[in-house]
Amino acid sequence: MPKDGGIGASSKRREDVRFLTGAGNYTDDINIRGQAYVHFLRSDIAHGTIKSIDTGAAAAMPGVVRIFTGSDFEGVGGMPCGWQVTDKHGQPMQEPAHPILAQGKVRHVGEPVAAVVADTLEQARDAAEAIALDIDELPAVVDMKAALADGSTKVHDDLNDNLCYDWGFVEENKDAVNKAFENAAHVTSLELVNNRLVANPMEPRVALGDYARGTDDSTLYTTSQNPHVIRLLMGAFVLGIPEHKLRVVAPDVGGGFGTKIFHYQEEAFCTFAAKACNRPVKWTSSRSEAFISDAHGRDHVTKIELALDADNNFTALRTETHANMGAYLSTFAPSIPTWLHGTLMAGNYKTPLIYVNVKAVFTNTVPVDAYRGAGRPEATFQLERVVDKAARELGVDPIALRRQNFITEFPYATPVAVEYDTGDYHGTMDKLEEMGDFAGFAARRAESEKNGKLRGLGVNCYIEACGIAPSNLVGQLGARAGLYESATVRVNATGGLVVMTGSHSHGQGHETSFAQVVAEMIGIDENMVEIVHGDTANTPMGMGTYGSRSIAVGGSAMVRATEKIINKAKKIASHLLEASEADIELKDGAFSVAGTDKSVAWGDVTLAAYVPHNYPLEDIEPGLEETAFYDPANFTYPSGAYACEVEVDPDTGKVTIERFAAADDFGNIINPMIVTGQVHGGIAQGIGQALLENCAYDENGQLLSASYMDYAMPRADDLPMFDVDHSSQTPCTHNPLGVKGCGEAGAIGSPPAVVNAVVDALQSAGKDVMHVDMPLSPDRVWAAMQ
Amino acid sequence: MYNFDVVKPTRIADAVKELSDSTESQPLGGGQTLIPTLKQRLASPDKLVSLSAIDEMQGVCKGDDGSICIGGATNHATVAAEAGDYPALAATAAHIGDPAVRNRGTIGGSLANNDPSACYPAAALASGATIKTNTREIAADDYFQGMFATALDEGEIITEVRFPVPERANYQKFLQPASRFALVGVFVAKYADGVRVAITGASNDGVFRWTEAEAALSSNFSAAALDGLSLPDGDMISDLHGTGEYRAHLCAVMTKRAVAAAA
Ligand SMILES: Cc1cc2nc3c(=O)[nH]c(=O)nc-3n(C[C@H](O)[C@H](O)[C@H](O)COP(=O)(O)OP(=O)(O)OC[C@H]3O[C@@H](n4cnc5c(N)ncnc54)[C@H](O)[C@@H]3O)c2cc1C
Repeated sequence: MPKDGGIGASSKRREDVRFLTGAGNYTDDINIRGQAYVHFLRSDIAHGTIKSIDTGAAAAMPGVVRIFTGSDFEGVGGMPCGWQVTDKHGQPMQEPAHPILAQGKVRHVGEPVAAVVADTLEQARDAAEAIALDIDELPAVVDMKAALADGSTKVHDDLNDNLCYDWGFVEENKDAVNKAFENAAHVTSLELVNNRLVANPMEPRVALGDYARGTDDSTLYTTSQNPHVIRLLMGAFVLGIPEHKLRVVAPDVGGGFGTKIFHYQEEAFCTFAAKACNRPVKWTSSRSEAFISDAHGRDHVTKIELALDADNNFTALRTETHANMGAYLSTFAPSIPTWLHGTLMAGNYKTPLIYVNVKAVFTNTVPVDAYRGAGRPEATFQLERVVDKAARELGVDPIALRRQNFITEFPYATPVAVEYDTGDYHGTMDKLEEMGDFAGFAARRAESEKNGKLRGLGVNCYIEACGIAPSNLVGQLGARAGLYESATVRVNATGGLVVMTGSHSHGQGHETSFAQVVAEMIGIDENMVEIVHGDTANTPMGMGTYGSRSIAVGGSAMVRATEKIINKAKKIASHLLEASEADIELKDGAFSVAGTDKSVAWGDVTLAAYVPHNYPLEDIEPGLEETAFYDPANFTYPSGAYACEVEVDPDTGKVTIERFAAADDFGNIINPMIVTGQVHGGIAQGIGQALLENCAYDENGQLLSASYMDYAMPRADDLPMFDVDHSSQTPCTHNPLGVKGCGEAGAIGSPPAVVNAVVDALQSAGKDVMHVDMPLSPDRVWAAMQ
Repeated sequence: MYNFDVVKPTRIADAVKELSDSTESQPLGGGQTLIPTLKQRLASPDKLVSLSAIDEMQGVCKGDDGSICIGGATNHATVAAEAGDYPALAATAAHIGDPAVRNRGTIGGSLANNDPSACYPAAALASGATIKTNTREIAADDYFQGMFATALDEGEIITEVRFPVPERANYQKFLQPASRFALVGVFVAKYADGVRVAITGASNDGVFRWTEAEAALSSNFSAAALDGLSLPDGDMISDLHGTGEYRAHLCAVMTKRAVAAAA
């Protein structure tokens, strides 16, 4: 029987009432009296020296409040980078300055050069056109390998070269890994591209700065996944505003997918300009601006090699990856190809020796940072592609080869520094085999061939690290932040609760699922619990939402705070019931004395806390409000097995996805419907990457796919019905809910399944195709077949 | 957008007058191409002359000679619903863009714009349609003059498009994955006096007729008649979504499919 409330129930998303009826409150819905608008003049040149900016004529245009250029920000901090990676020689990465408005040089198309603040947006745009900007164009650095060649033009003149870092992991294992390759019975190698993507949340970014002259308080309304992080970074490192004088509000946010984690120039600008102009200043990104100013994702070029012994056991793995950083370091950019990628290279397999080399490269392109999965999709893709290729080269069943090498005993310490607490990789694969009806594949292939189509089946596994992350560990790895989470639970006099969480919901449904947890713990109706997030003024310092961390870390903080509430409430109940605290039990929203019929309702206890007439004032304070901070002991390790069946039209190269099955292990599940939705969305994005999405630059650093005319987003009719299962559950051992997180799995697990399937289809037609780079657009698949 | 005026005349003559009053004025059809252009500040007309309130330019009817006549301001959804006497034409209209585009975009706007990847130009050229304007009638063969280029003069309005109805016809559109315009679109129409094949999306010169295929199909209207025929890839569009070679290949594939579907 499905539950109708609490943990495990598919409660309907309460936030959808406002989202689906146009009653949401997004940043762009907020307008403040006297507000001015900013339009950024952005570079349309990828690389060049700014010879002059003449704003004289523009400043005289109607409605112009003030025009800012780079020189207005001399002495103001640049955009900070939140993670310092140490290279294989023990040296810190090269970290260029990242100004709010370009200073001296422009380094990518879209870089803001000047900002016009005016009474209306159209006036600001008119004036921006009157700015005379003279840029001396320099050769653009676009290709990563060319960027590292001797004599390449430098993106940053004050750095040694275009190499941000050369990272080896684990450097001490390198020789042993090389030796294992020398002794291998078989080596499979593969070169591949993990295509660059534009996140494209439905809501473009918006920033609205406000300044209260009377109190010297600044407020920033912004489309962020983590308002506290923005407050800390912008306040401490950019503008020098202490936290108690700066409030950051991220109200309803229409999707983030990673690209709204980072602190952006536009946020700092609007906060700064609101004070400088003594007027609220608003910026709303156009879709065109989003393409050239939101941090992009992925963009890795990798060579991966897998060594096997004569019995097909994996003996070693070696990779060399070039990771594009773009022109500047976005907030968490350096961590993505390193600690969120290298640590996942063991995958689901007991490969004993692994060496990962990553060269992070500056180019004249938009900065690259986390995008749904962030590092883990890149790891999964290369690993699951090379395993598939190995199976093909060895003529063995790809599922059997995987199973043979599965990790089966937990906890399992990988050779890449992480320890998986739980998992059951055979379990999810068993489930997948059931769902995928692999036995029926041959008949389906025959049917497709009758219709002139090729059919392929692709399978893969994945492991990811979620619930980011133990603060002391990430501190050692170079994070300049802690990664705990927080919650304050405030119980009102009449028994309702408000949970103020440091997590942020921008589509994930926290307002529903978090309430389910608290309701279950107390035994009350979910509707008595309200979830508040997104405003630094009324939530405790928290690190926000990304890395599938909210339920695992934020949920844990909430559980801890609720436990404190329950403990205190029990004390109050024991007083009211004149019984020993040890005998008090909480069930179904009532406190009772064990073994008796004496009880007192939740609401009577909460009322006593705020009307403490009959109350143990000598022992405990009135009121019922508790805060907890939770710092996880480890990452969580969701895992799963995915299968994709495609048809390929051999005449056109067009790929259609016929079936898609996902068997995931997310540990315990709070709301199965929401989890299913998260997996659906993730798979849609993964298929988008695999078949459609391609963020491409030309050799001059011009973005070729700069609008939806050329950047192909997945649409409903590109996707099949998904068959999704999460009944395999090995609960996390180190957080109170036993949860692992599910937000990114779909995007991590699906691309290799699609590519494996397409290669299988082409092979079925006798084509000697071992790999096709994503996106597998019709022209590429057709070309691969020729 | 820059500032501009909008007028909404109800008669063709008034629209023509409004257009001739100012050299910076421009007709507005459904706005599906023009409005995005204005939003990007890539055009700065001082006046838009909306054609949507002109009754004479609306709707689908049958001419005395049996041809289908479509008012120049008729939107794609209306053509899809009402041009049933020319099923391939109705089907072509039914697959332009999405419902929002089809309920606003017009045949006149599409043909005036002559996007190299648009669908109607292929239909008009393959059908040997007549483009009627406020001053003259232009044969499709004379009308299309390369990418975004047409025989229209400044201020000239497409008031009606007349399509002779073929015995058989079909349009095959291979979607560009992002825009869902035609990466290659082939319209094949078989008339008593011969077959016409028009291809959109492929060539740097815009929509064109594939005369070799027409000759082969005129003597034998079957996909097999096209075996061995191919187009040179030299003039083909080469971009993010496909090389010239790929487009040339698709032209042949889609032509065969159109013939098979029409037969
Ligand atoms: C999302 C999207 C998808 C699309 N997909 C497709 C597709 O798959 N296939 C396809 O073919 N098209 C597609 N289109 C284009 C669509 O068909 C447009 O409607 C069409 O190209 C322009 O028609 P319009 O009436 O909107 O013209 P407008 O945008 O109003 O005008 C376009 C140009 O034509 C001029 N003009 C308008 N009407 C006339 C007239 N009667 N006489 C003379 N000049 C005139 C205008 O001055 C302007 O220069 C798509 C458009 C969008 C936005």
